[in-house]
Amino acid sequence: MKRWIALMGALVSILALGSAPAFAQDARVEAAKKEGKVVWYTSLALPTAEKIGKLFEAAYPGIKVEVQRTGSQRILQRVMQEMQANLKLVDVIHTSDAGHFVLLKEKKLLMKYTPAGVDAFPAGFKDRDGYYFTLRATVNVIAYNTKLVSSAEAPRTWKDLLDPKWKGKLVTAHPGYSGVISTHVLALVQLYGWDYFKQLAQNKLMLVQSAVDPAGVVASGERMVAVDGGDYYYYQMKKKGNPIEVVYPKEGVPLVVSPTAIASFAPHPNAAKLFTDFTFTRELQQVMADSEGLYTGHPEVKYPSDKPKLSELKLLNVDAEELEKRNEEIKSRFVEFFGA
Amino acid sequence: MSTGRLQGVDRSLPVWVASALALVLLMALPIGWLASLSVGGEAGPTLVHYRRVFADPALQKALWNTCVLAFWVGLASVAVGAPLAWLTARTDVPGRGLIRGLVMASFVTPPFLGAFAWVMLAGPNAGYINKLWRSLTGADEGLFNVFSMPGLVFVVTIYTFPYVYIMIANTLALIASDLEEAAAILGAGRLVVACTVTLPMVAPALVSGFILSVLQALALFGSPAILSLPAGFHTITTQIWSFFHFPPKTEMAAAFSMPLLLATALLLLLQKKLLGRRGYAAVGGKGGQRRTITLGQWRWPALLAVLGVMACPIFLPYAILAKAAFSRAWAQPLTWDNFTLANFSFTFFEYSATQPAILNTLELGVMTACVGAGLVVLLSYVTSRRLVIGHQLVAFLALAPVVIPGVVLAVGLFIAYTRPPLLLYGTLWILFLAYLTKEMPVGYAQSDATFRAIPPDLEDAGRILGGGRLRVLRDITAPLARSGVIAAWCFIFIGVIRELSASIILFTPATKVISVVIFDLKEEGQFGAIAVLGLVMLAMTFATVALVQRALGRDFLGTRE
Repeated sequence: MKRWIALMGALVSILALGSAPAFAQDARVEAAKKEGKVVWYTSLALPTAEKIGKLFEAAYPGIKVEVQRTGSQRILQRVMQEMQANLKLVDVIHTSDAGHFVLLKEKKLLMKYTPAGVDAFPAGFKDRDGYYFTLRATVNVIAYNTKLVSSAEAPRTWKDLLDPKWKGKLVTAHPGYSGVISTHVLALVQLYGWDYFKQLAQNKLMLVQSAVDPAGVVASGERMVAVDGGDYYYYQMKKKGNPIEVVYPKEGVPLVVSPTAIASFAPHPNAAKLFTDFTFTRELQQVMADSEGLYTGHPEVKYPSDKPKLSELKLLNVDAEELEKRNEEIKSRFVEFFGA
Repeated sequence: MSTGRLQGVDRSLPVWVASALALVLLMALPIGWLASLSVGGEAGPTLVHYRRVFADPALQKALWNTCVLAFWVGLASVAVGAPLAWLTARTDVPGRGLIRGLVMASFVTPPFLGAFAWVMLAGPNAGYINKLWRSLTGADEGLFNVFSMPGLVFVVTIYTFPYVYIMIANTLALIASDLEEAAAILGAGRLVVACTVTLPMVAPALVSGFILSVLQALALFGSPAILSLPAGFHTITTQIWSFFHFPPKTEMAAAFSMPLLLATALLLLLQKKLLGRRGYAAVGGKGGQRRTITLGQWRWPALLAVLGVMACPIFLPYAILAKAAFSRAWAQPLTWDNFTLANFSFTFFEYSATQPAILNTLELGVMTACVGAGLVVLLSYVTSRRLVIGHQLVAFLALAPVVIPGVVLAVGLFIAYTRPPLLLYGTLWILFLAYLTKEMPVGYAQSDATFRAIPPDLEDAGRILGGGRLRVLRDITAPLARSGVIAAWCFIFIGVIRELSASIILFTPATKVISVVIFDLKEEGQFGAIAVLGLVMLAMTFATVALVQRALGRDFLGTRE
């Protein structure tokens, strides 16, 4: 709690001092305050999302953040379903399936807006047309329960997971819910083909939905090994004292970039812009790296020493357009092999 | 009736207009759209959606799974509910009031909460019971895997058997003992009497309880979503729900809803036929004596067995929910290190969805209960006093929504109210309509029973002494019906706050209710917050139950000492 207050204090003061073109900034904040709130559909882990919301509210009193957290695929479903009914509810859309943003852009549902400070981000973190930008990144890893599996026995590669000795001992999250997982599935399909998942399914995996959930399942001992999931949540769980160890397979780890964009029909456009800028500040990107264990595109962010740098990992990249094109194939073939 | 024909027509007009309007809004529009979408094609009516749905092996499997689930839940509910009812209605087992209280508690417990609790109890590896079993026996395998068809049948049954219990207990309370005694005098043993006399007399109630349980299992969404999806299988309801995932296949959802609708309607028809025959013997009137069967030395073992059974729906799940609410890690023992209030502070103060969801739930609960109670009181008064022509039809319409499972109703409402002229999706109104439709039959049944229990002669006496119908209504009928109306209100309220299967399809972020929030949290695996919200939901439910008990002056299930 104390750390929190200190953090918020630091943030507030940085923001207060750092706003050089104070005049323009004031007008923007006033306009945002008039709108009163920003509605954020986000696939960030719930505690992380609520934390960012609270930090924003502390920095800009009078503007509420309405956090609507669910899986990436559910967010896309929500946005499209609401469009169909002509409901304009969402301001800022943030999912872990980069393909969503290709689709949303094509359907003209995104506002062209470049958040302050993203110029310095690497090219892979930016939409070339300026509609969406990567807020955070994570990689998919294998994780195991250290009380149940020794480091010597633990799977080291993606293909180790196909060993029948793991039958009934594995858990996976679902590409029909999570963007982290849909990206993961496509990356491994590109590496090994669908045959990999067909074989993996022989090991009778437990199916959960969110890419965050396998961490809880492994920590509780319900299953020994998770075959996917964002490394950031494992990192957090491990820090909290759970018996979890992470394996970064040497064939490469699927990189998941999670873009964010403002809806073209945003009911609170000024608050949405202010909030988006806030999430790309160095301070906030640093928060995501420090306490959450996420990767970001911000060049000045320092990463915790107990976690590999993105540059030290062999990354498996997935093309956003490819992800968009094969969205339905990924979901339906996964269900075909795993049953639900 | 002494009133003239013309007058009768006049009076019935507003009732008819109101019923017709309600019917169109609540049932005809959603079901009509559902049917039309299921055969809708670019070029006129087509059966292509049906063909796609029924030719797909994965969907055939979902259909089959639902049949298996419903059948076994029906049988198991009878196996649990009937003996329990017999024990409390006919024997001198100690703690009959307590047993009835526990059955009632299981009746009102939201099944998806129970399913969630049983994940913590009987997850094959981390579940408490399995951990205990392994440490006691040294076995490698756990005792029971809740993520399986038997697991699902078990968890659904423990919250469904009260339907059988109610049917049987009420029937037993109406059957006099003289036939049984006659058999006993003629030399039949206790078992023979039970099998050859009692059983045939309660057979219609048994079958009817079986059908009710099957219907519950068919329509359930939450428990299958929590238990069958991790195991890699679908049921009809979870499959319909997943048709809404992007890219949406609403036509297929509509087509896949039809078998569920038909099955429900047929089963209810069958049940009505059975009950219509009114059993084989002395049912009707409370004439003869009901003699208590003495259990002798079996009294206490019987109570223990009952408590053992009731541990499954009540003691164990409630305990594990409470424990999870106060734990950092639910799978670890509740030591001082593992104790925390953080789940409460997170749920109530940091998680921004909680407060709006509780408010929405309360608002919808109160609104639906008020409007619903008003509506069913009006309808049941009109039908029980036969005040309008065609009152049987009104009664039928009020009970008809029973055949529509929540998910199917939601699909229909979604299709009907995401387009002009009534754009209700995105507002609380669409949830209100769903809840009103879903809860109307329960409220109507309760309210109808109330008016039937008030003899019309009192009203007639009032009329003879010169009171107008309104005056009689106010001074005689209303005071007598008051407690029954309150009970109807509470039944509707309890039904609304636990509703998940329709809400999960109809909510938008601004109109989330507690059950939807719990489901959201479940998908992310946030056990602590789910446990806290689960306790909130139980507290709301039992506060309402307490209100019913006070209003009725007897217990909730309608059984008496």
